[in-house]
Order: sequence, then structure tokens, then C-alpha cells
Amino acid sequence: MADESILSDDFIRQLIDVGEVDILVGVPTHNDAKTVEPAIRAIQEGIVKTFPRERAVILNADGGSNDGTPDVIMGASIDEQHRSFNGYTLRTLHAISTRYGNNPSSAAALRTILAAAELLRAKACTVICPESANIEAEGVANLLRPIYCDHFDFVAPIYRRHKFEGVLLTNLLYPMTRALFGQRVREPYASEFAFSGRLGSQFLNRHQWSEEFKDYDPELELTVTALSDGCRVCQTFLGTRSPTKRQARDLVDAMRQTVGVLFSALDGTFPMWSAKTASQPVPTKGPEFELSVDPLRINRKQLKEMFSAGVIELESVLKSILSSGTLSELQQLAKADEDQFRFHAELWVKSVYEFAASYHKAVMSRDHIVQALVPLYRGRMFTFLVENRTASAAEVGNNIESLCLEFERLKPYLLELWNGRK
Amino acid sequence: MRDIIVGELTQAAQEIFRDFAHLLPRLIVMLVIVFVGWLIAYVIRAILRSILQFAKFDRLSERAGASQLLTHAALPTPTELVSRFVFWIAWIGFIMLGISVLGIGGLQEHVERFFFFLPRLFVALLILFFGLLIASFFARAVLLASVNANFPSPRLLSISARTIIIIFVLSMVSEELGVADQTVILAFGIAFGAVMLGLSIAFGIGGKDLAQQFLENRFLRERRTEKEDEPSPL
Repeated sequence: MADESILSDDFIRQLIDVGEVDILVGVPTHNDAKTVEPAIRAIQEGIVKTFPRERAVILNADGGSNDGTPDVIMGASIDEQHRSFNGYTLRTLHAISTRYGNNPSSAAALRTILAAAELLRAKACTVICPESANIEAEGVANLLRPIYCDHFDFVAPIYRRHKFEGVLLTNLLYPMTRALFGQRVREPYASEFAFSGRLGSQFLNRHQWSEEFKDYDPELELTVTALSDGCRVCQTFLGTRSPTKRQARDLVDAMRQTVGVLFSALDGTFPMWSAKTASQPVPTKGPEFELSVDPLRINRKQLKEMFSAGVIELESVLKSILSSGTLSELQQLAKADEDQFRFHAELWVKSVYEFAASYHKAVMSRDHIVQALVPLYRGRMFTFLVENRTASAAEVGNNIESLCLEFERLKPYLLELWNGRK
Repeated sequence: MRDIIVGELTQAAQEIFRDFAHLLPRLIVMLVIVFVGWLIAYVIRAILRSILQFAKFDRLSERAGASQLLTHAALPTPTELVSRFVFWIAWIGFIMLGISVLGIGGLQEHVERFFFFLPRLFVALLILFFGLLIASFFARAVLLASVNANFPSPRLLSISARTIIIIFVLSMVSEELGVADQTVILAFGIAFGAVMLGLSIAFGIGGKDLAQQFLENRFLRERRTEKEDEPSPL
């Protein structure tokens, strides 16, 4: 049952006015007045075209915008939409807005959306990023349709990306969630996704919403919940991803929000993921991945330098996290010249698994463990850039696939570490 | 004359024997207390050692950085050290109790002072332990933040953070123990001021070139990023 105390009286009144709905579209915002309008248009068009008979609501959860974002959302007229695509919804498409706080917080925004979805008994819910200038009505419909029509529980997006964009995703988050949970969800940390009312309620009641966790993004944990609870999961292609504030984050913060959350989620899901032995593809609408290969100017030298300096300076910290064999290999690697430097897949996977096991055993402050992984990620990124410098999209795809297989092959090593046998 | 000498000697001997007869039971009681105290202290040590081993106290101390200090000083493991320390405190407590049974005037005051001092000693040890834990935590946090921000000399920054916190903790411990209060506070003030002054001078004069290079690097890097692409990790 939703914790109504987190919802303001005014917001509950708005929800009562709306009544029960079939579809809920959540739009978490913070000072997005300049970019939110195309996303709202796409949402309106997607609902009117695809779900004209369903009761639907657009819910804006705002984190204290001072540029009038909620007004832009509430003021986006649906009449112009009707005229432009010649369609009409047979029900009222409601739009409501609430301020969950004066500072942006993904956790607070999602909690508000989940609580509202539970109170309104929404069957299918989706969260749309307000910065998604490229999202189309078809994309919104593709996120909702598998939930509403085909009874899936979770829909993850797939984006068209540059081959060097999302290296943390392709070299750690995707391969590791795939190896552990046995399902090939390419974007486990998404800002646009859809879920069933059932999964939403489950997550709302189970997730830690306390103050301590308010600065952590819960999206990756929602994906893990869907994967570990045996929910029906699928993916849908949404086109080119628009640049978001979340992507512009500092690397350490990005690691905390993703790797930290993933490592932390492994504790409670051990019985499930330890039993999985192989991965399966998930149903996907559209291409499984699409990569562009335009040339980019990236300072690779600095990545290598920061890796080497990190491994040398953090020796005392890494000693507590890594096995002596892995640490000595990394130290050898730190001494290598740029031409000789190759952070090969096996060493990377072993390092990541040893970090995950140390995080589980809390050998030191867990936040420090995640921070200590940053220099190693830089080394791996250097190798990934070098190996795929001239590679085509298909070749990059193959390289990512072989890394995923390496994660799967070495999973028993993680289990041994986890159980303290190593 | 002879009778007087013999009488005096007999009286003195009788007094000695009387005093000894008075003291003997107390001495026996004291020895019993000391022996029983030793037994109790021994049992406490064994129980405490087991509890600390079960609670993985050595690992906690390792994380706090206390183990490294002990290893450098060729001392036993933290579990062993704490167990032995508690054993000696408990046994000395019983010895003091035994001595107080003897009823020797001057010693009574010292015994009382010892028992009044015990709680302060425990508080001081707690401050020391948690102080080392905090120093180790912040030293590591500074090291990680400096490495990830690509600052020059991250280890120096980390050691500086640890040193400042340890000096502060030692001053608190000394104050708690009541050891040369004013001297320690003064020493802390001088040491802290010296570190700050040293850092200012090092950065301003000694590290002029380094500071210049650092600022140039920062500035140039910012300019470089305008030309270079930075693909998002997510």
C-alpha cells in the first residue's frame, strides 16, 4: 500500500479528482522548461493515438523548479495535438503536477510516481525523461504497449549511441547484470522505462526510501528487482538518446549511482543470481543495438596516466580489496608504456568481481570501494578505445559480446569469492 | 641494668610479634585477594579474547590503521593487546584492593586515586581508538578524492589529513588523562599552526612552480576539453 504521508494533501486531492487510471506517465523534472515540451507532446500524441479508450494521466513530479517547468507541462494544450495528427482520445487525458521537494532527487521523484500509480491503480506506467527531445509518440507507445497489452512487467529502452558513449554501461553494467541475472538487458540504468502496476507496488514497498538513500538513483535497482523477481522483461528501441544532465555527471558520482547500486543490490538477491548459469536474450522490439562510428577526439593519454597514478597511489587501498595476484598484474600494467598497455578482459572481469566481493564483505567504507574502482575503469576505457579505434559498429558489438561472455565464464570465480573460498 | 635491657628487648619483641600477629591475617587476606584477582583477571582475559576474536576486532583495527601502528612498534595483535591490557588493569585493581586491606595509611589515598583514574583511562582509550578510526577514514577519503581528481601528491595530502587528526586526537586523549593539559594544548596549537604555515609556505614559495604547473594544467585542461570530446560513461 502506498505511503500516503509522502504525498501532499493538495496532490492527493488531485489524484482523487483523476480517479482510477489504466496508464500513468511520470515526468520527473527540475528546471526543464526549455526542453520538456517536445517530450510532453510525444507523450500526448502517443497516448491519444495508441490508447484512445484508456484512462490516462500525465504526472509531473517536480524537484523545486524555478523556471516554471510545471506550468509548461500543465499548459501544454492537447487540442493542437488533436488537430495535428487528427486523433481524439475518448477519455480525458489528465495532467497533474506536484512538488516533492525543493531539490532534485531521482529517488523522491520515482517514489512519488510509484505512490501515485499505486493509489490510482495504474496498470501500465512509464517514466519519460524531460530532456528527451528525440522521443517520439511511437517510442512512448512502444514502452507502454508490452506492459498494457502483452502483460510484460518491465520494459527497458535501447538507444542509438556512439560506439564510445556509455563505456561504463558496455564494459561493466550490461555484462555484469547479464552474467549474474541471466537476462540480456542492454540498458539496465535507464532514465526512460516502463513497468507494470504490480512491479511498481512491489518496488515501492521493498525499496529503501530512507534519507540515507535519497541521493541514490533507484532506476538500476528497479531493473535488478524486475530481473531477480522473475518478472517478464523486454526491450524497445527508442532511437538516438538525447544528452541529459545525468550523463554529464562527474565519473565518481556516475560510479556511485550505478556500480555502487548494482553491488549493493547483489546482497539481497544472492540466492537468485547465484543459481543462474547462463544468459538468455530478452524479447526486443527493434534492433538490439545501434552504434554510430563518427570520429571523436578523446584524450586517451590522460586516461592511461590516471590509471597508472591511481594504481600506484592507491596501493594501500587496493591491497584490502584485490587479491595479491590481481593487484600485482595491475601494478605491472601501470608500469607499461602506452603502446604496450592492454587491460585485457579477464583481468578487468576479475578485478570487478573482486571489488563486488569486497563490497559485499565491506572490507572498508563501501563508498571508498566504489571510488577505488574509478582509476581501474579509466584503464579499461583506454583499452576499449584503443581496441575499437577503427572498428565498425558490428566489430564493436562483437567485442562487447566477447566481454559479456568473459563475465559469464568467470562467474564461478565471483561465487568462490562471495562464499569466502578464495 | 641487665634486667632493663632484657625487659625492653622482650617488650619490643612482643610488640613486633603483636603487630605481626595483627598483620598476618590481613596479609593472608591480601594474598588471597591477589590470587583470586589473578584468577578472575585471567578468566576475563580469556573471555575478552574470545569475544574480540569472534567480533573480528583485528580486522576492525586493521581498517582503523591501529594494526599498522602496532606492527611498526613490534607489539602484539590488537586483540592480544587489549586482552592483556584488561588483564593487567583488572589484576592491578585487585592488588590495590588487597593493599587497601592491609590498612597502611599512606597507601589508601593512592588506591582511591587509582580507582578514580580507571574510568578516565577507559574513556581515553576509546577516544584513541575511534580517533584512529576517523583519521584512517578521512585519510583514505582524501587519498581517493585526490587521485580521482588528478591532484598532484595525493599521498602527501592524505598523510597530512591523517597527521592533523591524530595530533588532535592525542591532545584530546592527554586532556582526558589530565597529563600536562596546558602543555599539550599549546603543543597542539603550535603543531597545527606550523603545519598550516608550512603548507602555505610550501605552496606559495617552495611549490611555486608546482602550483603554477597545476593551475596551468587545470586551465589548459579546461581549454582542451572545449576541443576534445568527452563521451559520457553512461
